[in-house]
Amino acid sequence: MSAPTYDLGKLHGGLRLDAHKSQSTTQPIMDVPVPGQLVLPISQHVGDPAQPVVGIGEYVLKGQLIAEAHGTLGAPIHASSSGKVVSIEPWPVARRFGEPAPCIVIECDGKDRPVELAEIAPAFDELPPDVLLQKILHGGIVGLGGAVFPTAQKLMQATTCELDYLLLNGVECEPYISCDDVLMRERAAQVLGGAQILMHALSLDRCYVVVESDKPEALHRLAEVMTELDDKRLILKLVPTIYPSGGEDQLVQLVTNLEVPSGGLPSDIGCLVQNVGTAAAIHDWIHDQEPLISRITTITGNGVAAPMNVRARIGTTVADVVNFVGGYTEHASQLIMGGPMTGKSVNTDRVPLVKSTNCVLIMSETPSPGPEIACIRCGDCAAVCPVQLLPQQLFWYACADDEKSMRSYGLTDCIECGCCDLVCPSHIPLTADFRKAKARIRELADEKARAVRARQRFEARNERLERDKLQRERELARQKEHAQAAGPAAIAEILKRKQQQQEDED
Amino acid sequence: MWPAVFTIAAIALIAGLGLSFAARRLPSRPGELTEQVNELLPQTQCAQCGYPGCRPYAEAVVADEAPINLCAPGGDETVRRLADLLGRDVIALAEVAPIGHSVAFIEESLCIGCTHCRSACPVDAIVGAHQLMHTVIQSECTGCELCIAPCPVDCISMRSTP
Repeated sequence: MSAPTYDLGKLHGGLRLDAHKSQSTTQPIMDVPVPGQLVLPISQHVGDPAQPVVGIGEYVLKGQLIAEAHGTLGAPIHASSSGKVVSIEPWPVARRFGEPAPCIVIECDGKDRPVELAEIAPAFDELPPDVLLQKILHGGIVGLGGAVFPTAQKLMQATTCELDYLLLNGVECEPYISCDDVLMRERAAQVLGGAQILMHALSLDRCYVVVESDKPEALHRLAEVMTELDDKRLILKLVPTIYPSGGEDQLVQLVTNLEVPSGGLPSDIGCLVQNVGTAAAIHDWIHDQEPLISRITTITGNGVAAPMNVRARIGTTVADVVNFVGGYTEHASQLIMGGPMTGKSVNTDRVPLVKSTNCVLIMSETPSPGPEIACIRCGDCAAVCPVQLLPQQLFWYACADDEKSMRSYGLTDCIECGCCDLVCPSHIPLTADFRKAKARIRELADEKARAVRARQRFEARNERLERDKLQRERELARQKEHAQAAGPAAIAEILKRKQQQQEDED
Repeated sequence: MWPAVFTIAAIALIAGLGLSFAARRLPSRPGELTEQVNELLPQTQCAQCGYPGCRPYAEAVVADEAPINLCAPGGDETVRRLADLLGRDVIALAEVAPIGHSVAFIEESLCIGCTHCRSACPVDAIVGAHQLMHTVIQSECTGCELCIAPCPVDCISMRSTP
């Protein structure tokens, strides 16, 4: 194990933010007990929602498959504890547009009875890579850094490219969030075990474990475990504490000094990034046969009595978790699922913890920065933009609803990090506007695709009608020819028959 | 003085030749222009413009037989784009009847299986056999409402999509 290296690439922009992390890292991770009720949304990942495979009234065991992956991009969902499925109904969840989403509700019996494991899991290095990838697919594992992209599909996609490095993302640059930090402190062996499994699955022999410089304890612990493992393929990297260095593309740029192409993926330049939490989840699944049914979440902010990191079952409601950490304080007035920069504000604590919930932030009302005024085109936003976009220009086009210019100015590459909002002297909510503009672009593209399909169907139908008409005409002509060939006597007979028919009808 | 006169005259001549060339070239390809106009139309195939589909309307617009403001589902946005493309003035919609995004829905318990709606659908988005229940393929329905009138039992209604 060598000392961490600093040979870093350059990242444009970014901000140094107040971390607010120490308030939640003073205690060890606590386990939240089995709650009375679990609420499991069927769509906790990017892609198609999972298909429930249990019925109402059915008794399920901890770790049992309750919804299977559906479509080309998806992940299965497992029961986080034992109990009875009481309903499958819309429930408030933390989603962008805030409407309730279908959830499987389980009433727990508190016994936490696990499913019977088949046998002792085979060691991962005895399995061929493709079998290992299939196995990861069945563990319901998704990217735990926040993007919740199904891990198995990401790995399978990456195997089609030529890869050089695996990057383990332990940067966690967003303020308040500390779940990856404590995970690396307490479960460094699992994290690195997961890295070894990933390297085997991808046939890679180089893995950078990247940690931000404000996490000395995690770094120390990782270094210790690396010395124990004595695995030359694992290399520790330190990156400066700057937001948003933990973004996937930004991390790649920091470590390799290569820029991910616009609209591309890190695998295009030979990198695969996985969150440290995902690596630990893969380890738990492959090694201990425990699917992704719990995760470490930071419960923090001045609105909770005792900020800390907890290990909670997926589907535990925020209310249950807050009760566990001692309830709300008098400051509690807003609830954010995720961090202060990229999280989603929700208006009820009935929302469940899902696979993507790395943080639950409960704060007093943030003072309004001031009224939004006109853009003065100072360019501060462009200076901090980590993707080197021109937010002031994009804002201009977003106001004008000019889709073409927004595209050519790279709106689709915006990572919605929120840096431009923070520095804007006119207090323009740029990120929110960009989010809306992106949704609008998607909507327009959908409309366009629909129009193209409708046109194709319309043209195909016209062709068919034309063909049918021709065929009918040909048939008539043929009959006429037949009749004429048969001679005048036959025609007279036909006419007589026709007349008879008409008389009968009358 | 003369060199200046000759230079201006030469520029005018070249520009004139270029313009007359362009003027001859551009209208010589009406098929392409029809294609471009058709691209801008919403492809609902609703026939509200009085033409049996988007393409026939596009042909009429290019041939200057129809004004550009007849497309109700396209709304003002489409009028603006057509005006842009064809170099005409933006005019108000002839009939403001924005459909919004909705799709047809067949009340299946009422359907008698007459196939009238099926043959009225311009995009083949209704399936069903004679004397058997019909249904709408929601993802393909353009919301043109052409199936509503032919239904003898009035079992088709429009429902807005999320």
